[in-house]
Amino acid sequence: MSQMNMIQAIRSAHDIMLEKDPSVVAFGQDIGYFGGVFRCTDGLQQKYGEHRVIDAPIAEGGIVATAIGLGINGLRPVVEIQFADYIYPGFDQIVSELSRLRYRSAGDFFAPVTIRTPCGGGIRGGQTHSQSPEGIFTHLSGVKTVMVSNPYDAKGLLISAIESNDPVVFFEPKRIYNGPFDGDPDKPAVSWASHPKGEVPDDYYTVPLGKAEVVEEGEDLTIITYGTIVHVAQAAAKRAGVDAEIIDVRTLMPLDVDTIRDSVNKTGRAMVAHEATRFCGYGAELVATIQKECFWHLEAPISRITGWDTPYPHAFEWQYFPVQKRLADGIRKLMEVA
Amino acid sequence: MTKKPKLHIPQPTARPGEEPDFSYLNLSEAGAVERPATDARAKSIEFLAESLVRVLDDDHVAQGPWKPDLDEDTLIEALRLMVLTRVYDDRMQRVQRQGKISFYMQALGEEAVSIGQGLAFGPEDMLFPAYRNQGLYIMRNTGLVDMMCQCLSNSRDMCKGRQMPIFYQNKENNLFTISGNLATQFPQAVGWAMGAAIKGDDHIAASWLGDGSTAEADFHYALTFASVYHAPVVLNVINNQWAISTFQGVAGGERRSFAARGLGLGIPGIRVDGNDLLAVYAVTRWAVERARSGGGPTLIELVTYRGGAHSTSDDPTRYRPRNEWAAFPLGDPVERLKQHLIKNGSWSEDRHAEMETELKTTVEAAWKEAVSYGTMTEPPFLDVRLAFEDVFEEMPEHLEKQRDKLLRIRGELP
Repeated sequence: MSQMNMIQAIRSAHDIMLEKDPSVVAFGQDIGYFGGVFRCTDGLQQKYGEHRVIDAPIAEGGIVATAIGLGINGLRPVVEIQFADYIYPGFDQIVSELSRLRYRSAGDFFAPVTIRTPCGGGIRGGQTHSQSPEGIFTHLSGVKTVMVSNPYDAKGLLISAIESNDPVVFFEPKRIYNGPFDGDPDKPAVSWASHPKGEVPDDYYTVPLGKAEVVEEGEDLTIITYGTIVHVAQAAAKRAGVDAEIIDVRTLMPLDVDTIRDSVNKTGRAMVAHEATRFCGYGAELVATIQKECFWHLEAPISRITGWDTPYPHAFEWQYFPVQKRLADGIRKLMEVA
Repeated sequence: MTKKPKLHIPQPTARPGEEPDFSYLNLSEAGAVERPATDARAKSIEFLAESLVRVLDDDHVAQGPWKPDLDEDTLIEALRLMVLTRVYDDRMQRVQRQGKISFYMQALGEEAVSIGQGLAFGPEDMLFPAYRNQGLYIMRNTGLVDMMCQCLSNSRDMCKGRQMPIFYQNKENNLFTISGNLATQFPQAVGWAMGAAIKGDDHIAASWLGDGSTAEADFHYALTFASVYHAPVVLNVINNQWAISTFQGVAGGERRSFAARGLGLGIPGIRVDGNDLLAVYAVTRWAVERARSGGGPTLIELVTYRGGAHSTSDDPTRYRPRNEWAAFPLGDPVERLKQHLIKNGSWSEDRHAEMETELKTTVEAAWKEAVSYGTMTEPPFLDVRLAFEDVFEEMPEHLEKQRDKLLRIRGELP
C-alpha cells in the first residue's frame, strides 16, 4: 500500500498492465520520452521501450484510428488524448468505428482500446482546457464511459478498462490529479496524502466497470454525481448541515441503476450534479432514470446543478464551476420542499 | 489591370450532352516507365507518382520492365475472378431492381483493381477494403452464397442484419469489415501494420479508398502515421474519375496526381493503369515486397473508370456523358486481359463465352441457395433479439430490458 496521487495511481495502472500483458501499448502525444504533460506515463518508455510506450503525432483522429488498427491486430492500446477538449478530431473514429466494430461485424472484429483523457476545469484552462464532454460519449452505443474521482478508483478502473474487450473512454478530472477539491476556490489546495482514497495498493487490483459507489451514507437526500463534484458534494452537504447520501457514479455508461434507485427510494430526495453543461447533459439522463425508477418515493422535484450552457469562461471560472456554495444552497432548497 | 484572387471551381471536361474528353489524363506508353529496385530511396523514384505504369500495350502485348512473372494458369484464374465479379455484380444489380435487396454497388470497369492487387498479397496480409472492393472478398473465398446472404440481411447474414448490403467481412481470410464511412479504414490499416511491426511479424496491411475520399482527414492521418512509423502498409487510391456526381478535380486531382500526395512525407507514390491487370499486379507486388522487407509504405493510385452508377441510388446520365466509359482511353480491364491471353494463344473467344455461361450458372445457383435462407420479406427471418447483441461483449442490463420490451411489444414475451 502506498500513498498516491491520481497521476501516480494512473501511472501504476499502466506499469502493472505493461508488465503483465505484452499486448498492452501506450500511445499518445508527449507520453513517451517526456512521460506525458501530466506525467501519467513518466518513466514507462524508459522501462518498457519505445515500441510499448509510443509518442504520437498531433493528430487525435489518427491516434484513435491507428489505435483501432493496433487493437484489431491483437494489441491492447491505452491511448492518451492530451486534453478532452482535443478529442473531437478523433470523434468520428470513436463514434463510427470503435464503438460499432463489434456490432457491425457480428462479433468478428473488435478493438479493445482505452482512451484516457484529462477533463474538467478549475485550473484556469479557459474554454480549450476545461471541458467535460462525457455526455457526448455516453450517448453512443458500444463504448463504455468512465469518470474517476480519486486515486484508488483511477487505478482499479483503469486496469478494468484496459482489460475490457469493449472500448472505454476514461475521463480524468485534472483538477483533482494532485488532490481532492472541495469546491471552495479560496481555500488552499490539499494533496491526496491525508485522503483515504489516496491509499492505493502497489499491486494489481481492479474496480469493476458498471458499479457506482456510495461514498457517504445518509438519510436526508441523495446526491448523484461523479468526478470532481463528488468532493464538492461531500463538502457542500456538510456546509448545509444535511445528512446526505452521496453516490459516485464512476461508470457513466453502462449505468448502475440499482445503487441509485435504492438510495433515492430511501431518502426521497435527489440532486444530480456535474460540471458539464446542463442542456442534454449526462444529468438529464440521471434525472430521467430517477423519475422512472423512483417517482412514487420522491418527496421533492429532482434538483440539477451543473455548469452553465456557455463555453467555459476563463475570467469567470468560479462563476461557471458548480462550487461548494452553489451545491450547498441547492441542498438547502431541496430540503425546504415540504 | 492588377491581378486579383479568383475562386476556382474545378469543372469536369464533359457533362451530359458533351463530348467525353480525357485529355487531362497524363498517359505513358506501355513499357515506358522504369522499374526501380524495391529498396530504392523514395526521393529517387518520385517520377513514378506522375507517370503511368502500363504493361499491356494497345495491341494487348505485355511490355517493359514491369511485365510481371505470372504464369498462364494464374492469368486465366485472374480473368475468371474478374468475370465472376462482373457476373455477380450484374446479378445483384438486377435483384436490387427487383426489390429483393435494398441497395447495391457495382465494380463495373474496376475489376482489375481488386483482382490484380489481391493476387499480390500473402494470405496472412490484412486487407481493409473500401465498398467497391467486392473482388477482394470473392477472390479470398468469401463464398458467393455468404456474400448474397449479407446483401439479403437474411438468416445466414454474416453480420446478422446489422449492415446495408455490400458491407462484407471475412475474418478467417483477413478481410476487414467494410464501413460505410469513407476513408476511416485507411489509418486503421496503418495501425494494423504498426501492430505487425511491434509484434515482429512480417505480415503487412493494405487499404483502399476512392479519389473523392482522399479529401478526408483520415487519408492524411494514414499517410502521416505510415510515414512517421515506416509502417508496412500498401495504401491505394482508386481514381475512377467520379465521386457520385463530383469529378476528381474537386478532390484536388487537377494540380497533381493522387499518387503524389505522399511525396512530401517521403512515401513513394506510383500511378498505375488500373485497367491493366498485369500492371496493377506488378506495381502492387513491388509495394508488397518493399513493405515486407522493411521499406515502409507505398501509395498507389489506380487510374480507372467507374463504368456504372455510384450505387443503385444515382443515375449517372444526369451528371456525365452517356458514352464516357466507351471513350476512356484505358479501356475495359476484362476485355484487355482477355485479348492479351488470346494473343498469347492461351485463351479464345469460345472458351471465354463458355466460362461466362458457367459463371452465370454458378451465380444463379448461388442466388437460389441464398434466398432459401430468407430475404427481407420472406422467411426465415433473423431473430430480432440479435439487434441487441454485440453492442458490448456482454449485454448490459439496460439493453436486456430494451430487448424484452421490444419482445413484449411484439407479443413474444408475456
